[in-house]
Amino acid sequence: MSAHETTVSHEHHGEHASMTKSLIWKVFFILLGVTLVEFFIALYALPHHWFSQEIANFVYIALTIVKAAYIVAYFMHLKFEKVGLIISVVLPIVFLVYFVALMIIEGNYLLFAIK
Amino acid sequence: MSTVAHLEEEVKSSAWSGGKSPFSVEYGKLMMWFFLLSDVFTFSALLIFYGAMRFKSHSWPDPDVVFRSVPGVEHGEYPLVFVGIMTFILIASSVTMVLAVEAGHRNSRKEVLNWMFWTILGGITFLSCQAWEWSHLMHEGMTLHHNPFINADGSTGAVQFGQLFFVITGFHGFHVFTGVVINIVITINVLLGTYERRGHYLMVEKVGLYWHFVDLVWVFVFTLFYLV
Repeated sequence: MSAHETTVSHEHHGEHASMTKSLIWKVFFILLGVTLVEFFIALYALPHHWFSQEIANFVYIALTIVKAAYIVAYFMHLKFEKVGLIISVVLPIVFLVYFVALMIIEGNYLLFAIK
Repeated sequence: MSTVAHLEEEVKSSAWSGGKSPFSVEYGKLMMWFFLLSDVFTFSALLIFYGAMRFKSHSWPDPDVVFRSVPGVEHGEYPLVFVGIMTFILIASSVTMVLAVEAGHRNSRKEVLNWMFWTILGGITFLSCQAWEWSHLMHEGMTLHHNPFINADGSTGAVQFGQLFFVITGFHGFHVFTGVVINIVITINVLLGTYERRGHYLMVEKVGLYWHFVDLVWVFVFTLFYLV
């Protein structure tokens, strides 16, 4: 049992060599930069009517998914795991797309059908 | 006889035949991933319901008006400044957590201790900020069943705003709180040299996954409550 655990931790060690200090800081500055872009949109671009709130919302959500992807791939190290693990973690999230679609249809009904 | 034994050995050593872990991660870490996946669905249910509530409303309170205060400034008008600081603190504490994990791979007990300390400090600071924000909003009259803020178009504010805000940020705050407690337990173990004797710092990695998840959820809460 202990021998097995040691093997696993050892294999791990090899894979983890890919996550260096410089990469950690690089990801940090990407996350910080994306957040600053979001603040720029909220505090400068929108008050100056560069584009509508609807477009801004779309951009916000897209940037949020980019940040989420960086956190999961690098900080949580999923990018460097076995393909099987990546699929078993990421694939179930497909259900959420259906959930969102369902709730948009429902919200649309409540907004226009019921007055 | 020896051929059979040889074949058995070969079957057992392939990835999906029970010989070794097909994911090549330790059991506890795999279970942490699956726990976090279940937590993803819990938070998604809350956030998607909140989205649906907004989508069905003609208008909604303007976040730039609701979240405009910073501590120490009376009647200040600083939209998003305070929550920006909170976001920065949480992302920074996520970075110190990865640095702790990285130090763990090099079995450097001193560095792990140092980075864990900063991570815990970041977590406690974030919780204090949230406590201030909550008490400030309650002071302005926001409760689970009352919303003092008018909608962006000037109509009476959506009643469910207060409840959605407190339940969702509260559920996230509870995760931060448990994360800080678990981080403290792990740090005590590092201090006692438990993982040094074990020969690896896998426990730091597991609690790290949980801590990054807390950061991940905040990224979504921040966008959906404070920006959209």
